[in-house]
Amino acid sequence: MNKIGEIVESGSSAFTAECYELHNIPALGSLVKVTGQETDIFGIVCQAGTAGIEPGRHPVARGKDETSEEAVYQSSPQLLKLLRSEFQVLVVGQKTGGRILQYLPAKPAHIHAFVYPCDSAEVKEFSRSFDFLNILVNNRLEIPTEDLTAAALREMSKEQTDPRAFLVGGGKALTSILSGDYRRLKAILARLKQ
Amino acid sequence: MMETRREQNLGIVVAGSVEKGTEVRLDSSASVEDMVVGRYVTIDGKKRRFFGMVTDISLGVTDEEIAISPPDTADAFSAEILEGTATYGSLHVLPMLTISDAVSGINEEPQPVKTVPSHFSRVKLASEADMEFVFGKENNSNFYIGNPLDMETKLCLNLETLVKRSNGIFGKSGTGKTFLTRLLLIGMLQKSKATNLIFDMHNEYGWAGSFEGGKGGVKALKQLFPSKVAVFTLDEENSRHRGVSTDFVVRIGFDEIDPEDISLLRQTLNLTEQAVEAVYQLKRHLGRSWMQETLDMSDSDEIEVLLKNLNIHESSFANLRRGLASIRRLPFLVPHAQVNAVDSILGYLDRGMNVVLEFGRHRDITAYMLVANMLARRIYQRYQEKTEVAMAGKVTPPTPLVITIEEAHKFLNHEIANQTIFGEIAREMRKYNVTLLVIDQRPSAIDEEIMSQLGTKITCLLDNEKDIEAVLAGVSGKNELKTVLARLAPKQQALIFGHAVPMPVAFRPKDWGTAKSYEEFTHGNDSPEKADKDIKDLFE
Repeated sequence: MNKIGEIVESGSSAFTAECYELHNIPALGSLVKVTGQETDIFGIVCQAGTAGIEPGRHPVARGKDETSEEAVYQSSPQLLKLLRSEFQVLVVGQKTGGRILQYLPAKPAHIHAFVYPCDSAEVKEFSRSFDFLNILVNNRLEIPTEDLTAAALREMSKEQTDPRAFLVGGGKALTSILSGDYRRLKAILARLKQ
Repeated sequence: MMETRREQNLGIVVAGSVEKGTEVRLDSSASVEDMVVGRYVTIDGKKRRFFGMVTDISLGVTDEEIAISPPDTADAFSAEILEGTATYGSLHVLPMLTISDAVSGINEEPQPVKTVPSHFSRVKLASEADMEFVFGKENNSNFYIGNPLDMETKLCLNLETLVKRSNGIFGKSGTGKTFLTRLLLIGMLQKSKATNLIFDMHNEYGWAGSFEGGKGGVKALKQLFPSKVAVFTLDEENSRHRGVSTDFVVRIGFDEIDPEDISLLRQTLNLTEQAVEAVYQLKRHLGRSWMQETLDMSDSDEIEVLLKNLNIHESSFANLRRGLASIRRLPFLVPHAQVNAVDSILGYLDRGMNVVLEFGRHRDITAYMLVANMLARRIYQRYQEKTEVAMAGKVTPPTPLVITIEEAHKFLNHEIANQTIFGEIAREMRKYNVTLLVIDQRPSAIDEEIMSQLGTKITCLLDNEKDIEAVLAGVSGKNELKTVLARLAPKQQALIFGHAVPMPVAFRPKDWGTAKSYEEFTHGNDSPEKADKDIKDLFE
């Protein structure tokens, strides 16, 4: 599997990675991993964006006379170097000694560690348990956690043999986590439907 | 298939108390609609297994909000997720017995529960083996009386245990009391090692009884077990008309009637206290023939002297004579009986025969009370003597005797329960090897003390609040049983509880009339073939 980015900011609960290619961002809610010597860290893409490299320089509109978005980049090839895509990953688990553990790793990922998307087998292996949902639901992110949770389950369901049964199982797990908060549960369930 | 269903996990214990029972949260795989109130379950505690009954089923939600804004009914996805998690079914289970040691797995004698299973103990539907363990297996002393409601397991009564105490059969008129009694009598005849004396007011037990809603009559004890049953009659003509083969015609001499017998009839004969008092004096003065002489006296001077001597008021005497005259009109009363009915009955009973006393047309309560009391008292006295001799260690005690009486509230009501022999039998229980089988439709009219002495009670549907209270007085789990009792079908369903069963059970009396039921009935009789024939005859 090809690496898609590299960590530029790291923490115990989340890290930020820069994409090697502009706009080549993994889907919101998709499972990614960072391989380490002893521990592989798994995370869910929880935020992404593209901006200029220099904080002080705001991109300007360039396409007034162009016919398409591609044409803008073709006429200004320097843009690919002046812009960068980044994504944030919420750490939801690890693989230590061959076992998937759905809680935070002892140490954060290294800066410049590579980030890989997870393949179908890895997603299946990771999603055998729904314990990671607790981390997703109880996080204070900029993005509404209901959307993120639903996105993560939807992304994982794509790799399952019975996606609907998987979503029902995930929904049931959420029901027990959100047993006292039916409104949030209802919001997530509404976003899980296909 | 059946077996796997029964082994199915239902849920886990989440709360409970000894008094109120346990709360069981249903697994999401078990549908709340498959549960039925009254079903038996086992709970696998850490140290012992419990046997209990589902007494209530309810729906719960983890968040009240769900009930306020439920998901769209068209939204099958959300409903599927919420089912069994945020919305769940729960069972109220009343543990009644502990049946085995969970550590060794060995079944122990069922014991009443004194604790509750620990949290998260698994609850399963009771298996056939568990049910058989609790409700007994048909054998030489266990009689298959019916099936617990909605179940195929046999409910077996240990009749030897049953007849050690007085028992009662209750139910509104037309709910199947007679049917149940007949069934129980047949069982006792076969398996209890006791003899029966039945005061058969409506001529239902000895010979062809009536069968409500059925065609023709049902054969009864004498026809089924001719070698074991003797029919005595008070009304020879009636018996002959009905084609009954009677063994003995009962005649009672005036000289056999004691003041105590009259005193019991005070209410029925409308006698005053003074009149009853006079009887004792007359007996003392005139001896055994007091009744005959009292009625025959016509010389007013003679009467005057007598009354003066005995200090009896004239109006009391007149009152008494009027009462005695109405007794005298009973055709089975004669000045002097050639053969003593009591001796004759005892003779049969001693030989291990069961005696049914038919009343023929004399169905009024005066005749019934007079005869039943007179005979029972004398028989009881003999038993008492015999038992006392046996206690001295010289001879074996007499065979246990079960006396069946109908309209029991007339004998055992609050006013006269202390005077009648039946009150005494019920209270003194098995000390003298005599017990009662009380049949009645108004249990509330029976004296509380007597009710509390009844070992096992079988009750068909009752709908009078007082009657229900009276029957269930003192039973643990009374409120739950009330619900069960009130929901019994009007026919062919009954609730049994007390001494002879490990826990209260609502049951359907044995199904009669199918080839299978005949087969099941063959145990414990002289020979299977004979019993088979007996049973076939019963339904001809």
